Amino acid sequence: MSSDVSRDPWDTLRAATRARVGLGRAGDGLSTAENLRLAAAHAQARDAVHAPLDADAVLAALGERAGPVVRSRVADRTEYLQRPDLGRRLADDHGLEGGSYDLAVVVADGLSARAVQDHAVAVVDALLPRLEGWSVAPVVVAEQARVALGDEIAVALGARMVLVLIGERPGMSAPDSLGAYLTYEPRVGRADSERNCVSNIRPPDGLTHDAAAEVLAALMTESFRLGLSGVGLKDTGAALPSAAG
Amino acid sequence: MTGRAQRRGKFRTTLGGHSHTFADLRELLAKATPMRSGDVLAGVAAASAAERVAAQTVLADVPLAHFLDEAVVPYEDDDVTRLILDTHDADAFAPVRSLTVGGFRDWLLSWEADTAALTALAPGLTPEMVAATSKLMRVGDLVAIARKTRVVTGLRTTIGLEGRLATRLQPNHPTDDAVGITASLVDGLLHGAGDAVVGINPATDRPSTVRALLELVEDARQRLDAPIQSCVLTHVTTTLELLEQGAPVDLVFQSVAGTQAANRGFGVTLDQLREAHAAASELHRGSVGNNVTYFETGQGSALSADAHHGVDQQTLEVRAYAVCRAFDPLLVNTVVGFIGPEYLYDGKQILRAGLEDHLCGKLLGVPMGVDVCYTNHAEADADDTDTLLLTLGAAGCAFVITVPGGDDIMLNYQSLSFQDVLQVRQTLGLRPAPEFETWLGSVGLLDDAGRVPQLVPEPIRALMG
Repeated sequence: MSSDVSRDPWDTLRAATRARVGLGRAGDGLSTAENLRLAAAHAQARDAVHAPLDADAVLAALGERAGPVVRSRVADRTEYLQRPDLGRRLADDHGLEGGSYDLAVVVADGLSARAVQDHAVAVVDALLPRLEGWSVAPVVVAEQARVALGDEIAVALGARMVLVLIGERPGMSAPDSLGAYLTYEPRVGRADSERNCVSNIRPPDGLTHDAAAEVLAALMTESFRLGLSGVGLKDTGAALPSAAG
Repeated sequence: MTGRAQRRGKFRTTLGGHSHTFADLRELLAKATPMRSGDVLAGVAAASAAERVAAQTVLADVPLAHFLDEAVVPYEDDDVTRLILDTHDADAFAPVRSLTVGGFRDWLLSWEADTAALTALAPGLTPEMVAATSKLMRVGDLVAIARKTRVVTGLRTTIGLEGRLATRLQPNHPTDDAVGITASLVDGLLHGAGDAVVGINPATDRPSTVRALLELVEDARQRLDAPIQSCVLTHVTTTLELLEQGAPVDLVFQSVAGTQAANRGFGVTLDQLREAHAAASELHRGSVGNNVTYFETGQGSALSADAHHGVDQQTLEVRAYAVCRAFDPLLVNTVVGFIGPEYLYDGKQILRAGLEDHLCGKLLGVPMGVDVCYTNHAEADADDTDTLLLTLGAAGCAFVITVPGGDDIMLNYQSLSFQDVLQVRQTLGLRPAPEFETWLGSVGLLDDAGRVPQLVPEPIRALMG
């Protein structure tokens, strides 16, 4: 009634999932090869969490749209991971200049600087041409930042909406996933339920930069029309709990 | 019951020439808690190692009976406090009524405190008593006492028997794809996993999707004639709706926490849980028992909902088990390493918390399992999950969670692989749930030495399409 493991039945099943099914065994445990594959995936995710953001490279890629670099009240990565409350607040010496804008864009390291490095400027490039007639503040680069840091940045800039492009918590199979969080009338103390999120921006496996920009532009336009963001603003079902908090 | 006394005594001691004062039981418990990031984040942790030991020293002398007089979350404001105090069994409490917290730790370690004595005591214990005592224990104590504490439950399999370690098979998929979920389900069954539950975290709460997943596992169960129970971990209100429609619901699931406000954050009330528990119980879908609820908890959930009342996260976690035990659960597990490093920073904190949660749940009479896991932004790796799994195996843990390769591609965190459990079952001489073990043997997936051979039996091959 039984037969040895053959590759045939697994082919269909493997094609339907990225789950690590049908791994090789050594006795009861995982084989050396599988252990090393898992270790390599974990190492990628760990490095994504701990690698610092190369702010200069982001500024250079932003070119004339680039604004200042700011920091949260977090001192270092260790504190960042343990004190999300400090990562949501702007350091006192931010030097942001107040104005009057429709939109502030914040490029923030979050939990994966690699995601930001790989995808953030490309999303900005794809998005801004879709926002004809909007006044957009110079793009702020934020270090040791949580999503809610964007609220305080937007208030300092005098912006009616903030878009935070931030590195999401890395998974073993997704160390470079970018999230985009949209908040209408940002202010300190906004709840996560008052934001909309487009997550998993990570071509080719996740959303492409253009697809993300298309969804964001539609959401942002609708947000301005309705005068709100969050659970009251649907159409993509994108309001999510924030992995980058 | 209104007007229950709220004695607010000051607690004092002198240690190394310094005097330490603690305003109330809540502060004393928080400062006596072994170091963890979530209590620092909440601003309730001890300011120094010396203050922590001072608090533990004072706590050791607090009479257990005092916990019935001073609530850490006010009785008038919180239905979990009311549940705890209103259902306290004074007769069961009698054998330890005269003990202090430190004396209770000694008693738990004593030879007199055997399995029968601990089972009889459970209804007499409150979460705060249990949490307090665990704060005075080291890892070895947490394991030794848990090992002799037993909570046995059943539906189609029997959970919690001595010498058994069951598994939840967690075949999640980011888009709830039926073939993708089947792939992980089959992989798990081929590794002898799934005797606690086949439990899917759905990507969406849409009732039609949840029902389709329930029917997928129900169909597999009937085709395999296997003693398994399924659960789709959706909100209790969705499950209630599906129960009314006649969907094949084995287990009602809900995430719960240790305060009314935190449960409100989960969108759940005790009345909803009562209603769902009653509805699922009436179906009598089990064969060896009728425990029909499944709960998940985790240290830090109340703080993340801003609903912690200044109480430390471990005490609140144990209060969540008091919610669970009111609904005769088949399974309860802490998601210990999942909540993130702002609550449990590293492998050391996760290890201790996992063992605390496990022991405290069992002492209260809850069938306790653990999701042995970590997120990638925690200071932890697979060595830490191996250590926690081995210590939990020694402690007589009811069940652990398993996913293909330990990599949950839907929730983006690392739990245990099927192979991890096979290995620890062999290392510690642990076996699957008895009904499931019999089934594994009947399809050729268990040899005479209790090992799972690498075979694909015909009935399972048929599921693979």
